[in-house]
Amino acid sequence: MNYQFDFSVIWENIDLLIVGAWLTLKISFVAIAFGIALGILGSLARTSGNRIFNGIALAYVEIIRNTPYLIQLFFIFFGLPNLGIKLSAEQAAILSLAVNFGAYSTEIIRAGVESIHQGQIEAGLAIGFKKLAVFRYIVIPPALANIYRALIGQIILAVLFTSVISQIAAEDLTYVGDYLNSRTFRSFEIYFTLALLYLAIVWLIKGIAFLVENKVFAFAKYKR
Amino acid sequence: MEEFTLYRIFINLVIATKWTLILSVISFVGGGIVGFLVMLMRISPVKWLKQISWFYVEFFQGTPLLLQLFLAFFGLSVVFGVNLSPIAAATLALTGFTSAFLADIWRGSIEALPHGQWEAGSAIGFGYFKQLQLIILPQAVKIAIAPTVGFLVQVIKGTSLASIIGFTELSRAAALINNVTLKSLLIFGLAGLIYFAVCYPLSIWSQQLEKKLAYKA
Repeated sequence: MNYQFDFSVIWENIDLLIVGAWLTLKISFVAIAFGIALGILGSLARTSGNRIFNGIALAYVEIIRNTPYLIQLFFIFFGLPNLGIKLSAEQAAILSLAVNFGAYSTEIIRAGVESIHQGQIEAGLAIGFKKLAVFRYIVIPPALANIYRALIGQIILAVLFTSVISQIAAEDLTYVGDYLNSRTFRSFEIYFTLALLYLAIVWLIKGIAFLVENKVFAFAKYKR
Repeated sequence: MEEFTLYRIFINLVIATKWTLILSVISFVGGGIVGFLVMLMRISPVKWLKQISWFYVEFFQGTPLLLQLFLAFFGLSVVFGVNLSPIAAATLALTGFTSAFLADIWRGSIEALPHGQWEAGSAIGFGYFKQLQLIILPQAVKIAIAPTVGFLVQVIKGTSLASIIGFTELSRAAALINNVTLKSLLIFGLAGLIYFAVCYPLSIWSQQLEKKLAYKA
């Protein structure tokens, strides 16, 4: 092995990498926000007791969880135009990521809601809490504490998934890497640096999540 | 030019599915072997072994699988001057990916056991590996088996990304046929259906195992 490593390609194109990383973060954030909204709707449908709503939500969850994200992305980006729905690369990326995240968060949120014992709710009503207050003060806090870690784990997976949107030419971090690679052939330096950048983003999310957990969910510490 | 009827599209996709399954099995077996070693390092009392395996797991869990594939396919060939075929690069990257997640799942399964189990083994005179082999692993397997089967689904879905470095499995076959026919909705719908037919039974199986083998402390 007498390969000369040369990381100058990274420094010379740092501006492009920052733009790419910004798009990765932006798309992740928007898609996860929509995905959580979908997940709340999905979990409401799953726990509603209505068989039709439950069936639709369950089908949605199982279809998404048992097919690769790449196929979901291609189905939306290449497939929907067959129906006359044309989306830009960025729109297709956000839509597919949100739909994907929605399915996973549906199950996570459902598990959180179901983890609250019925007796807790009855106790709240018995001491004179209104229904909304029961939900706000008795159901939500421990349910959030229960799903918090699973949700963070899924958020991290979603951020990593965004690399796949480079394949429909959404100009995220990985797309910038592909572009630099095709011009300089410094494949190892480029992809290794990109990998470390993603790792840095993941560690940043983990770090923030840890701080928030200690501050917000201190009340649920006894469980762990 | 030959006509791509629905039947022919479907048959071509099913043929390509063989390679999805082959790559999944190789990666799962390879990842299982490497993952077991990484897990042993992770639970070992030796500090530097722990640290290496910790970073190994963080790297493969904290970077996109797509980049791991690019590093194996483009990166290694540039640095070492060897040209890995797409299937070799895909196997390498997916083995790394799978081993990191399996090592983590299995470590969790072992740590879920009460520590008294180790101490009991030591009390009756077992050494470290005897404790592991005769007391810890048989119990940990019960906890690990459901999430391990569940992770197989992630591996199968992960193989779809091997299409991007040019390995012709189900997803790439779908993309290639799509380029010719432009019946995108149909083709990616069918490809999704085939993935679903492979993955859904495994998901259900994993859920059933989880109920059946739930650990009772």
